[in-house]
Amino acid sequence: MQTTEEYKITDALAAFVEEWKDKPGNLIMILHKTQEEYGFIPRTIAIELGRMLDVPLAKIYGVITFYHFFKLEKPGKNQIAVCMGTACYLKGGEDLIKELENLLSIGVNSTTEDGQFSLEAVRCIGCCGLAPVLTVNGEVYGKLSTDDLPAVVAKYTE
Amino acid sequence: MAVKNYVLVCGGSACESAKGNDIYKSLLHQAEVQGVSNDLQIVKTGCFGFCEKGPIVKVLPDEAFYVEVKPEDAEDIISENIVKGRMVDRLLYKEEGKKEYKPENIKFYQKQKRIVLRNCGLIDPESIDEYIARDGYLGLEKALFELTPQQILDELKKSGLRGRGGAGFPTGLKWSFTQRIDADQKYVVCNADEGDPGAYMDRATLEGDPHSVIEAMIIAGKCVGADKGAIYIRAEYPLAIKRLEIAMDQARERGLLGDNILGTDFSFDLEIRLGAGAFVCGEETALLASIEGKRGMPIPKPPFPAAKGLFGKPTVINNVETYANIPVIISKGGDWFARYGTEGSKGTKVFALTGKIKNSGLIEVPMGTTLREIVFDIGGGIPNGKKFKAVQTGGPSGGVLTEDFLDTPIDFDSLISVGSMMGSGGMIVMDEDDCMVDVAKFYLDFCVEESCGKCAPCRIGTKKLYEILSKISQGKGEIEDLQKMKDMGQAMKKASLCGLGQTAPNPVLSVLNAFEEEVLEHINDGKCRAGKCKDLVQYSIDESKCIGCTVCARKCPVNCISGDRKVAHVIDQSRCVKCGACYDSCKFGAVLVS
Ligand SMILES: Cc1cc2nc3c(=O)[nH]c(=O)nc-3n(C[C@H](O)[C@H](O)[C@H](O)COP(=O)(O)O)c2cc1C
Ligand code: SF4
Ligand code: SF4
Ligand code: SF4
Ligand code: FES
Ligand code: FES
Repeated sequence: MQTTEEYKITDALAAFVEEWKDKPGNLIMILHKTQEEYGFIPRTIAIELGRMLDVPLAKIYGVITFYHFFKLEKPGKNQIAVCMGTACYLKGGEDLIKELENLLSIGVNSTTEDGQFSLEAVRCIGCCGLAPVLTVNGEVYGKLSTDDLPAVVAKYTE
Repeated sequence: MAVKNYVLVCGGSACESAKGNDIYKSLLHQAEVQGVSNDLQIVKTGCFGFCEKGPIVKVLPDEAFYVEVKPEDAEDIISENIVKGRMVDRLLYKEEGKKEYKPENIKFYQKQKRIVLRNCGLIDPESIDEYIARDGYLGLEKALFELTPQQILDELKKSGLRGRGGAGFPTGLKWSFTQRIDADQKYVVCNADEGDPGAYMDRATLEGDPHSVIEAMIIAGKCVGADKGAIYIRAEYPLAIKRLEIAMDQARERGLLGDNILGTDFSFDLEIRLGAGAFVCGEETALLASIEGKRGMPIPKPPFPAAKGLFGKPTVINNVETYANIPVIISKGGDWFARYGTEGSKGTKVFALTGKIKNSGLIEVPMGTTLREIVFDIGGGIPNGKKFKAVQTGGPSGGVLTEDFLDTPIDFDSLISVGSMMGSGGMIVMDEDDCMVDVAKFYLDFCVEESCGKCAPCRIGTKKLYEILSKISQGKGEIEDLQKMKDMGQAMKKASLCGLGQTAPNPVLSVLNAFEEEVLEHINDGKCRAGKCKDLVQYSIDESKCIGCTVCARKCPVNCISGDRKVAHVIDQSRCVKCGACYDSCKFGAVLVS
C-alpha cells in the first residue's frame, strides 16, 4: 500500500533523539523509537533523521533493511502475527497462516486493501506450551485450530 | 506482622496471555471483598515452568498447586483455601489416573533442580526486596568486600561453569582473558538475543528474575575492571525489557548500580540495547556490531571479543543463563556448584521442552539427566497415544536424536558425541506424525532467511540444501542427492565464516544419518510415511466406511468433495489441495491418507 500521508517528527521522537544523539551506536535505538511512534519507518522521517544525526540516508536504509523487525510500510490497523517457531510449526502453524490468507484474501506479509488487517509470520513468542499460537495487536491466542480463526478475526472486524 | 498465606500467580508470558493478570486482579478483589486482605500476600511471579497447564496459582504454605485457573476461580480460592483453610479440589493438579493431590508427587518437578530458575515462580520480579530476601546481591557484596578479582576467577573456575549460549566455553577462563588486559575502557555485555526459533529460556529468566542477571554483570564488571555494560535483548520481548528496566532503576536507587557501588570506589552502570529480529545477531561479533549501530554481520575471530570487543575494547560477553548462575556461585562457592552435573559439565541446564509432549514447559535439570527422564518422566511422554520418534536439540544448529539415544546423559560433550549439540536449550519432541524431511526443510528455510549473506558457502549452501530438500519432499529427489547434501554440508562446515553457516547443515546431516530409510522412501517410493509432504499424499474416501454425513464436504476449502446426504462421498483429485481438512473432520475414519 502506498502512503501519501505526511509525517512530522513527534515531540517524543525529538526528545529521544536529543537524549541519544551523542551516544555511540544510537541509530538502532532511534529507529526503534521511530517505529514505536509511527508503527513503521516513514521515508520522510528517515530523511529527517539522517539530517538530525548527520548520517547518510543510505546507511539508515542499510540498517533498516538488514533487520527484519523494521517495517518500511504502514501495517494494518490490526496486526496478526502467526508464530512459525519450531513448536508451533510442528503443531500446525502453517495451517493457521493458510486459513488466515483465505479468510483475509491476502498473502502473508501483506495488508488488506482497507488497511484493517496485516498478516505476518513471526518466530517463537515464548508461549510454546500453548502452540500453535498467534497474536493480534500483541494479544495472544493459543491452542488454536483453523476452526477458531473466523471468530478471532470477527472480534476485530468493524 | 507476617502474613499467613502467600498466593503466587504466574506472570510468565504464557500464563499472562491466558488472563493471568485478570486472575491476579480477581484474587486481590476477592481478598478485599471477603475481608482477608491482611491475612495474605498476593504475588505475581515469573514462569513456574508448567506452562502447558497454565495459568497457574500456588498457595503457600499449603503447597496447593492450582492449574488452568480462570479469573472466576478466584472467589473459590479465597473463600475455600484462605478463609476455610481447605484446598479447592477441582483446581488442584493431579497426575494422570490419580484422584489425590500430593505436592511431592508432581512428576513434572521431581527430577528438576532449580539453580538458574531459583527465584522464578517464587518472587515478584518487580520487587528488589523480595530478591534480596532470597539472598540476592549477597554474591555482589562478597565480590566487593571479600574477594579479589583473582579469587572471583578462582571460584568460577572451581565451579566448572561453561557458557550456556551454545558453545560451552568455560566462563572463568573467558573472564580471565579480559581481566589480564590493561585497557582504559572495558565492557560487560549480556547476550539476550535468544534466536533459536523454538525456545524461551532466557526470556523466562529475565521475566522471572531480572536481578540475577544484573547482579552477575556487576560482579563481572568488578572482576575484569569494566565500568559499563549493555544488555542486548530482542525487541520482541517487551515484558522482559520492562522488568529489566524496573530492576535496573531499583538497583540504582539502592546504590547497587551507578557510581561508588555500596560506598566503594567501584562504579558500574548498565544500558539496554534492543535487537531487531536478525538471528545472526546472536553471534557475538555480529551482536557487538549491532550495538555499535551497524548492520549485524559477523567478523572473523580472532581477535576474540575478550581482547577486542565492543568499540574495539576488551569485552566480556555471556549468555543470560550463564550470568544467572553466577551470583549463587559466588555466594555459595564454586565447590557447591560443582556438586551438580557431570565430570565435564557442571550445574544444571534449562530447557524449553516443547512439541509433541504432554507436559510442555520450561524445565531445569542437573547436567547428566537422560533424555528418557526428560521426555517420559518430566514431560509425561507423547500425547494422544502416538509413538515417540525423535527429540531435536540445538535448534537450527543441532540435530535429531532417536529412541536409541534416549539414555544418553545430557551434557555438552555427550550430545556432540551422538551427533547433536546442547545449543541454547530448545528441546523439541517429535512423534510419528512428523516427517523428518519436512523438519530438516524447516530449519534450512530458517537458515536461508537468516544467513547474512556475507560469505558464499553459507549464502549459497543453505539455499542449495533447501532446494534439494524441497525436491525430495515433492518426490523428485534422486539417490545422488544424499551424497551431494553430505558433501555440501561438510564444505559449509569448513568454509563458512561464522557459526551460523558452520552449523546450518547439522539438522540435515543428522536426519540423513538417523533417518536415511525415511528419506529414501521419499526418493524411491514417492512416499511420506508421516503424511506431511503434501505432494506425496493422496486423500480418498473409503466407500464402505463413509455414511454420507456431508461434514467433510462442508469443510473442504475448495469444494472438491461431492456426494448426496447418506451416500458415500467422493474426492475430485484434480482439484484437491491436500489441506487435510476432510481427514481431520471425518468422525468415522472414512477418509484415508496414502
Ligand atoms: C548464529 C549464532 C547465533 C547465536 N545465538 C545466540 C543467542 O541467541 N544467545 C546466546 O547467548 N548466544 C548465541 N550464540 C553464541 C554467542 O556467539 C556466544 O558464544 C555466547 O553469547 C557466549 O556466551 P556464553 O559463553 O555465556 O555462552 C550464537 C552463535 C551463533 C554462531
Ligand atoms: S556464515 Fe552465514 S551468517 Fe555467518 S557470516 Fe557467513 S553468510 Fe553471514
Ligand atoms: S465426513 Fe466422513 S463419513 Fe462424513 S461424508 Fe465425509 S467421509 Fe463420509
Ligand atoms: S484434502 Fe482438503 S482440499 Fe482435498 S478433499 Fe480434503 S478437504 Fe478438500
Ligand atoms: S514456537 Fe511458537 S510460541 Fe514458541
Ligand atoms: S508462563 Fe506460567 S507456568 Fe510458564
